[in-house]
Amino acid sequence: MWTAVFTIALIALVAGLGLSFASRRLPSDASDLVEQVNELLPQTQCAQCGYPGCRPYANAIVDGSAGINLCPPGGDSTVQRLATLLGKDVIPLVEHVETSVAVIDETLCIGCVHCRNACPVDAIVGAQHFMHTIIESECTGCELCVAPCPVDCISMKALT
Amino acid sequence: MTAPTYDLGKLHGGLRLPGHKLASTSAPIRDVPIPEQLVLPITQHVGDPAHPVVGIGERVLKGQLLAEPDGVLSAPVHASTSGEVVAIEPWPVSRRHGDNAPCIVIESDGDDRAIGRSEAASDLTTLQPEELLAQILQGGVVGLGGAVFPTAQKLMQARTGEMEYLILNGVECEPYISCDDMLMRERAAEILSGAQILMHALQIDACYVVVESDKLDALHHLGDAMGELGDDRLVLKQVPTIYPSGGEDQLVQLVTNREVPSGGLPSDVGCLVQNVGTAAAVHDWIVGHQPLISRVTTVAGDGIVNPMNVRARIGTTIADVVKFTGGYAEKPEHLILGGPLTGKFISTDRVPLVKATNSILVVFESSFEGRELACIRCGDCASVCPVQLLPQQLFWYACADNETKLREFGLTDCIECGCCDLVCPSHIPLTEDFRMAKGRIRELADEKARADRARRRFEARNERLDREKQDREAELSRQKESARKAGPAVIAEILKRKQEKSEDD
Repeated sequence: MWTAVFTIALIALVAGLGLSFASRRLPSDASDLVEQVNELLPQTQCAQCGYPGCRPYANAIVDGSAGINLCPPGGDSTVQRLATLLGKDVIPLVEHVETSVAVIDETLCIGCVHCRNACPVDAIVGAQHFMHTIIESECTGCELCVAPCPVDCISMKALT
Repeated sequence: MTAPTYDLGKLHGGLRLPGHKLASTSAPIRDVPIPEQLVLPITQHVGDPAHPVVGIGERVLKGQLLAEPDGVLSAPVHASTSGEVVAIEPWPVSRRHGDNAPCIVIESDGDDRAIGRSEAASDLTTLQPEELLAQILQGGVVGLGGAVFPTAQKLMQARTGEMEYLILNGVECEPYISCDDMLMRERAAEILSGAQILMHALQIDACYVVVESDKLDALHHLGDAMGELGDDRLVLKQVPTIYPSGGEDQLVQLVTNREVPSGGLPSDVGCLVQNVGTAAAVHDWIVGHQPLISRVTTVAGDGIVNPMNVRARIGTTIADVVKFTGGYAEKPEHLILGGPLTGKFISTDRVPLVKATNSILVVFESSFEGRELACIRCGDCASVCPVQLLPQQLFWYACADNETKLREFGLTDCIECGCCDLVCPSHIPLTEDFRMAKGRIRELADEKARADRARRRFEARNERLDREKQDREAELSRQKESARKAGPAVIAEILKRKQEKSEDD
């Protein structure tokens, strides 16, 4: 009988050690899941979800503090994909937005660099006291540059 | 005369379709007179639009460059006749997406004066292949089979791999279309000359000229021309009349018994396919200095009074072409550019004839009509699919928008030939569904690429901000350190200076 007890105990010990090693050394599920959720987000970094960027929002979705319907640029298809990935119900999006890009009215721009510093993807070119412009192909349409502009020379142009 | 050979590979599926070609091949090709107004789209090829180099009001001569290639995959556009540029504006054109595209509109002056060209190099074989390719690019020659891929770029791309065969595609397998057939009957020598130029550009020594077995006249004329030429690099081949044996990959498989890999190109198996019309256009440009400003097109269908093949200047409107042939029969239903299976339905005949227009088809009813019913899983579509896909499976996944499965089942290899539509007893428009699903897959991939780029830029920016912050902190601590070392007297002095400065402000 003791042999049996000893064998079982040994197996339990080996399995326990193995599991504790795996949980410490191998990448944990949560961060893996955050990565997967982040993959599905549109990466506009617009903070319209209330989190300072796509990855923080992905984190919040995974730890359960945020709903999957807070990403307006992602649209309904993103909600759908998130629901499939996380096994949740599809819920309606909080707000719909059109895909757009920012446009600087260059005749009004005073070269204050506030918008350049606000752009999360470095899509604005310009230097102090020089005219700024937006690299349209890189603009994600996050609107973060609109508020800081002191002369209101940035507007959003809808992409058709 | 050289006799055609038969040793062939096998094509899966396909259909024997009624040809409807007799009416349009009974008379020789006729020239459409130059219309008063020509409309030339700046995008007549796959790839980036050409960039206009003429202004409104400018007088141009026949063959003059109107728009130069802009971007990697692009081809120039030339004036089809002499006259005045009256507008550069959106005009209805036939395209997969959207209806209007920028066009250069020329008002003809009726003189048809050609621009002067420098004399031809007397012997092509002395020309370097690179020079030849550069010349072909300037002629605006694109694939005339309908795909309009710029010929020079196709050749350049093929030259990066190991090439063995040039295949001239004279297999016009879609019903009604007979423009290549007529071209082979009337201009066999020019086609073969074009083939020789293409072989020289590719530096290869084997060319198959492939024609369907029911095109007896074309075979006869090509055989005669080959006999006169005495070039043993050219081989005439016959293939059975089965739709879609004229598809690029299908033709390679039939002729060389090599299968083009999924997602690959014929150049992956050492082949380059060119339409016979393209070969003739290459000859016209390199030998005759005439850029691609006209093409042969078939005007056919039961909605046309006199079906025939015509040679028209690029930019002639479909209305002008049809009027020349004798007009429409009573109340036709559909106007199609291209064949009945792969062509595009258009809503107005103001659309200009472009380099891609191999056929103008006017019919009373399309071949796909019938009420759509549920799929009964008969499997007929799978047995006719020339690419050996499973259309019924793809159909389910397309309905469910399951991108992963669609890719897994090879949707991207679908050549949109329409065979599955024709045999489907439930009249399901499979090809149309697949076309839309392909579009969605492309859109998703674009979205993903955009998101990835945005993320990379975001991460790079964060890294940069971190680095700047660290640098600032390091600089600050260095200054503090040096001030501490210098002693209290210096610190007091610095503070005093600072105070004075703030008072000044």
